[in-house]
Amino acid sequence: MKHNYGTAILSAFEYLLENYSDAVVIGQGLWSPWYVGNSMTNLDKKFGVERIIDTPVSESACTGAAVGAALAGMKPIVVHPRMDFMLYAMDAIVNQAAKWSHMTGGQASCGVTIRAIINRGGEQGAQHSQSLHAWFAHVPGLRVVMPSTVSDARDLLIASVLSPDPVMYIDDRWLYDLEDTLEPVSEIDLTKEGPKILRSGSDITIVASGYAARLALEAAAELDVLGIASEVIDLRILNPLNPELIIDSVGKTRHLAVIDGGWKTCGIAGEILASVAENTIPGALKKQPIRIMLPDAPAPTSIALEKNYYPSATNIVERISLIFGRS
Amino acid sequence: MDDFLLQELSDPDHFQEPISIENIDSDTLIRYLNGMLRIRYAERRLARGKKEGDIGGPVHLGVGQEAIAVGISGNLRKTDRIFGAHRSHSHVLSMGADLYRLFAEVLGKDDGLSRGMGGSMHLWDQANGFYGSVPIVSGTVPLAVGAALAAKLQNTEDVGVIYLGDGAVEEGVVHESLNLARVMGVPVLFVVENNLFASHMHISLRQPKYATARFAVANDMLYEIVDGNDVVKMHQTSKNLISYARTNSMPVFLEAVTYRWYGHVDWREDIDVGVNRSEEEVAAWRKRDPVARLVCAMLARGVYSEDDIESLELRIEKETEIAWQQAKESHYPPHSALLGRVYASKMYD
Ligand SMILES: Cc1ncc(C[n+]2csc(CCOP(=O)(O)OP(=O)(O)O)c2C)c(N)n1
Ligand SMILES: [Mg+2]
Repeated sequence: MKHNYGTAILSAFEYLLENYSDAVVIGQGLWSPWYVGNSMTNLDKKFGVERIIDTPVSESACTGAAVGAALAGMKPIVVHPRMDFMLYAMDAIVNQAAKWSHMTGGQASCGVTIRAIINRGGEQGAQHSQSLHAWFAHVPGLRVVMPSTVSDARDLLIASVLSPDPVMYIDDRWLYDLEDTLEPVSEIDLTKEGPKILRSGSDITIVASGYAARLALEAAAELDVLGIASEVIDLRILNPLNPELIIDSVGKTRHLAVIDGGWKTCGIAGEILASVAENTIPGALKKQPIRIMLPDAPAPTSIALEKNYYPSATNIVERISLIFGRS
Repeated sequence: MDDFLLQELSDPDHFQEPISIENIDSDTLIRYLNGMLRIRYAERRLARGKKEGDIGGPVHLGVGQEAIAVGISGNLRKTDRIFGAHRSHSHVLSMGADLYRLFAEVLGKDDGLSRGMGGSMHLWDQANGFYGSVPIVSGTVPLAVGAALAAKLQNTEDVGVIYLGDGAVEEGVVHESLNLARVMGVPVLFVVENNLFASHMHISLRQPKYATARFAVANDMLYEIVDGNDVVKMHQTSKNLISYARTNSMPVFLEAVTYRWYGHVDWREDIDVGVNRSEEEVAAWRKRDPVARLVCAMLARGVYSEDDIESLELRIEKETEIAWQQAKESHYPPHSALLGRVYASKMYD
């Protein structure tokens, strides 16, 4: 069936709500097309407002309540239409959900899914633009998932909800129009998932996740024309991070670039570089690795500044061509 | 005691008649009218700018809610500490912000109130008492308490003012702030602009009672609930509350019941996406127009003639257009502003 990233998320919700009576969804905007694009259309009509709960403007309590419902055996999915709004829910996520298994000696299980949407651009500025996935990947006990393909948008959401662990599932509004076909659902085990090669190549390894992985693919196509063959690796699961595939790939290409939609300082790209440095012998890389990320500044509103703020395929091509002395 | 149901105040079929202007001198009435029209024309210009694609970012318009800020700001001084949220054009303009600089901000220009770095949702005009507005719902509520606490510690007799919506009251930090302000004796005015909606959701779907002033009672705070579309009532009620806050160093709470004519964001009416927002309801609320109700009262008393009103509106429309064109022609921030303005201690651009 023909789908896009947004409808793939919708079909994951439909699958879960049809097959698991203990799945419930809670968050702002669920009874309206406003906040979540085409990714939740009519779920309230199909499954009832008891299971599809639109809420007061109370991120902290809603997230905490979902954590509690998960401890009581349900499969709650909290939807935060913008990751920035979710910051009011930090305690429920970081101090509570992420810690319960460990604190209780592995006896309690908090299978909550927190869907955090990256929603940026459009001159919305500093408080309506953030990609904070790296923050959450820092927290042991919290699985962090970032789909970049249409099938992952659906299948990783299902796997997140079926996981007995708390999972932060991060999707990106800039991906919603991405099209692909979908096979019938077959459930996967989140613990078995990790980075994936989206495209093979022998000259450079490009690592990215979410929307940045699409940019990496676009750039790779342009780099081909310049005679640079890129291997693009989609991280998919940011925590726990399994860098094996990346290390193997770098062993082959001996060049590395990481693209990410977050900030550079203490970001996910730094973690990838560190993992490669730790796990390869000196000289494994022929050139210094590069990170292509946001400048260390909040998102500006003015179009004059915003238009250069986010990484683009063009940036990536330029920076990578320089490594190979081509342009 | 109040039943906190709002009753007629939330029913648009009431309070459509001209407001009472008894004992209010003509100059004051003219000031109110000027203030409200200036905001209304500005916001209509923004609606058009958005519709025509001149504005890139979101604009949250408060057309229909002008009486609140105009009534309150008349009792404030430029050294008071006022904070807003995502729908704050009226809050900053009523304190005397320059219209050109507001437009320039919305258009992302260097001359804007926030030097083009904030747009409509992040306004700043501290010279006029406006300490800032942000779109994280309720984010500024504790900040206003802190700025008012600072006024107390600084012995300035200034007050803090925080404008928040009925939706913002659902955030936990608002309740912490109410309690903190009360227990520390902080001179701050909490203004809830209760327009019955938080984006698409009607208050009946979000709260057990319509009046948020019940939380003032819970925190042992002086409060009033008023028709937010009556500028005279807004002015008088806030006058008493603000002077109480100043004199006694205590928080006070003012709930102004109102309605926004446009949808939550931008220029459409958004009938279709509002849960419980109907065309009939919007039409009824348009009849509780704070501007028209003042105008009718002024005409009836002969403060102004129809011709006077018309020429006033023409003048304001023209001023608005001049400011808009000037803002459109002004320049963008330099590229160095992106990194140069991150830290206050190291500004370069
Ligand atoms: C923390 C946070 N949660 C959610 C939002 C999305 N949001 C923006 S405005 C708004 C509704 C606010 O309603 P209210 O406080 O009544 O103000 P109004 O829009 O009616 O002026 C919501 C939910 C946000 N900006 N910040
Ligand atoms: Mg409201």
